[in-house]
Amino acid sequence: MSVRRLADEQPTSFEFAPDNKAWAEKELAKYPPGRQASAVLALLWRAQKQNGYWLPRPAIETVAAMLDMPNIRVLEVATFYTMFNLAPVGRHYVQLCGTTPCMLCGAEDLKAVCRKRIGEQGHVTSDGLFSWTEVECLGACCNAPMVQINEEYYEDLTPENFAKLLDDLAAARPVRTGSQVGRVSSEPIGGLTSLTTLYGADGRGAPGAPANDQSPPSPDEAAAHAHAEVEAADIQAALATLPADATPEQKADAVGDRPPALEAPREGGPDDLQRINGVGPVNEKRLHELGVYHFDQVAAWKRREIRWVGTYLSFPGRIDREQWVLQAAALAAGGSGPKDEQTHLPTGKIGD
Amino acid sequence: MGYGADSSRFSENKRAVEDKFIGPLVKTSMNRCIQCTRCVRFVTEVAGVPELGAIGRGEDMEITSYLEHALTSELQGNVVDLCPVGALTSKPTAFHARPWEYLKTESVDVMDALGSAIRIDSRGREIVRILPRVNDAINEEWISDKTRHIVDGLKTQRLDRPYVRVDGSLRPASWAEAFAAVAGKVKATSPSRIGAIVGDLATVEEMFALKALFANLGSPNIDCRQDGSKLHPKFGRASYLFNSTIAGVDQADAILVIGSNPRHEAPVLNARIRKRWLGGGVLTGLVGEMADLTFKYNYLGAAPESLAAFADHPPANKTKPMFILGAGAFARPDGEAVLSLAAKAALSLGVVKDGWNGFNVLHSAASRVGGLDLGLVPGERGLDAPTMAKANAIDMLVNLGADEIDIEPGAFVVYIGTHGDRGAHRADVILPGAAYSEKTGIYVNTEGRPQFAERAVFPPGDAREDWSILRALSDPIGARLPFDSLTQLRSALAAAYPFLVRFDAVAPADAGVFGQLAALGGAIDKAPFVAAVADFYLTNPIARASRVMAECSALGRGVQREAAE
Repeated sequence: MSVRRLADEQPTSFEFAPDNKAWAEKELAKYPPGRQASAVLALLWRAQKQNGYWLPRPAIETVAAMLDMPNIRVLEVATFYTMFNLAPVGRHYVQLCGTTPCMLCGAEDLKAVCRKRIGEQGHVTSDGLFSWTEVECLGACCNAPMVQINEEYYEDLTPENFAKLLDDLAAARPVRTGSQVGRVSSEPIGGLTSLTTLYGADGRGAPGAPANDQSPPSPDEAAAHAHAEVEAADIQAALATLPADATPEQKADAVGDRPPALEAPREGGPDDLQRINGVGPVNEKRLHELGVYHFDQVAAWKRREIRWVGTYLSFPGRIDREQWVLQAAALAAGGSGPKDEQTHLPTGKIGD
Repeated sequence: MGYGADSSRFSENKRAVEDKFIGPLVKTSMNRCIQCTRCVRFVTEVAGVPELGAIGRGEDMEITSYLEHALTSELQGNVVDLCPVGALTSKPTAFHARPWEYLKTESVDVMDALGSAIRIDSRGREIVRILPRVNDAINEEWISDKTRHIVDGLKTQRLDRPYVRVDGSLRPASWAEAFAAVAGKVKATSPSRIGAIVGDLATVEEMFALKALFANLGSPNIDCRQDGSKLHPKFGRASYLFNSTIAGVDQADAILVIGSNPRHEAPVLNARIRKRWLGGGVLTGLVGEMADLTFKYNYLGAAPESLAAFADHPPANKTKPMFILGAGAFARPDGEAVLSLAAKAALSLGVVKDGWNGFNVLHSAASRVGGLDLGLVPGERGLDAPTMAKANAIDMLVNLGADEIDIEPGAFVVYIGTHGDRGAHRADVILPGAAYSEKTGIYVNTEGRPQFAERAVFPPGDAREDWSILRALSDPIGARLPFDSLTQLRSALAAAYPFLVRFDAVAPADAGVFGQLAALGGAIDKAPFVAAVADFYLTNPIARASRVMAECSALGRGVQREAAE
């Protein structure tokens, strides 16, 4: 860290956007009269976010005026905390952890990538896309080395996949957040050594864990991913037109079609829907309420029906992520679900 | 190499910090700063102007003002005394002398009417700096920037020889020629057409001599109130003193400031009011010009009529309420009515009651209380200062250092003073006098506390102490004064006014006068109060001669200087 001063070139004015202003009013109301200065960190942080991740002088003065603080007091706060940037940063602002665990795992190599790709610390590339800075521990030591880019963590980096990550970001291609080698959260890199009966050796069996996608997405997958994003935006747009107090049915009807229902389970009783990875007791009960009792029903869902159920269950996108339809098809065909056999799925190429 | 290696074994990087511009009074050597933040705390807590801060953190922490703007506090010079390492030093006195070369003289300040305790450091014939002394009754350990940095004004624009106006322009003259010119005019003028106005920096001794001189001449035209104040000794001493004493501010539980801006009229007192306000449990109010006083107050109005609401008010639910009335409140045509109304309000609110007198007049002139104590007000059928200053009101005027009054053409003006300022420009004869640091003398502060000022250096050139000028002048004009030395003068003074030589003590004034004062009545003008001090840095001829004060004044008027150091 070095002496922190305000940038030489400053905008002439700063004003909170209307939504941020409303948010700030709410933040101010949290504190008793005369204690508004308590909101200084929150307001500075919001001002920085609004202003492309850096704090200009007018923003400091605006916040001081809002909180009835002397300018110097706000400047003290802004210069004390290194998370406040006092000079412009790149659109993708890379905060590279250089603390011991990351350093031991190769953060120095990542720094070399940064220097080569971006330049020295604090330098913003001429296209305005990147700048980087070394920061102290960001608390993701299990997945070292790691960087934070804007608000996302990117972990298990190597010089190669980090360079590719930067290239992808520069080209606005979709990227994966979190571990770049496909491990789930911060589980052991060589597979689980305990609780394997519950979660599987690779941890894929964990409730809510992402589906099996251990290799980086192929172009097709990337396209599918992009398609999913379009669909999600579509659903959001449809939901936005509804009143805030709409029932789940109303919301679901707005985005898709209700799947065909059975009055009651067929003879032989309902299938054990919990065998589908992602369906727990609660979801099973709600599916029963929808008249869905059998694997083949789920396997027959079409796009608009998937959208309907996803919205109804307030799980947008999850049915696709966890591939309920494929799982159900396999189960309906008499195969086994992922919950039945821990060794069924490939363990993937972790750590390569 | 008997004493070790010839190069440093310290191979690490050394921390270096850029010097900061924080104003024309304080020079920074930030490499020395140890981040004790005493200066930050002083400026924020005592001066009440939160402009200094510590930016950055850890090894990179630095003390600075916001974007290196000049500080706006009138007390900022005190941070130099506070700084334990010499990172903040006095800019005007930097590199002038070494502390062990100074002759140290303990004296009192005359830049405002508080009479702050100061130490004047001089080297040879030159005053180098002024520092505060501790006096808990008055200034605690602070002094204002004007008190401290007036020093260069004592060296420039000085009158060091007599002048006589010949054919419209002032020509240097000898004392004898100057006295002859004055004597000729006096002899040709009827005593009732001769007058005297006393300025703000006069000692009790010279005022006493002037009064005796005019008694001998038989002229009733004498006035020590060049601002046109209606305060008068006939109303009793309590009507023009800071009765609760300055230390009494610490006990007050309600403070109403009337027609004053204490921040400009007495910054050290203002810091004391702020200290009381920070302590809590005090109600503060202001009638007069709105201003940033560094403490919050209830604004009650701009004009005296806002005070009328208190004239028949039930006693306030306070044990020690206090009025602080600025000199400006009485320097207006309805000054007597304002005084009467204030007395009435003070009585009804319980500001004046048994065991407590919170009726406080805050003067802005160091000589005023002394002058009023001596009775330097017009005698029977005498003219007051504003009347004497009118065109052709009198034929001859003795001006004892009164530079804040505009004397219209007509009268023959004899100016006894120190600086080539307004008074000297208007004068027909100039008799060079001694500044407050160049003579011993008594000053009575706004509390009515007589204090003794010591001489630090001698007056420049042919200039003389003012009392001796008056004594010497008394012979040729045929009104010989009966004392030949300062000792004799003081003996006569002590005999006539024994309370003026009981130094450093405040004798409580008789509070019984407020009843009569309240009964006086009178019509109140609708005009708003105007504070006595318009520009804090330029209130007297010494300050106007000071380059440092001029720079501060320019900054105060918003002329921002580039941070060039």
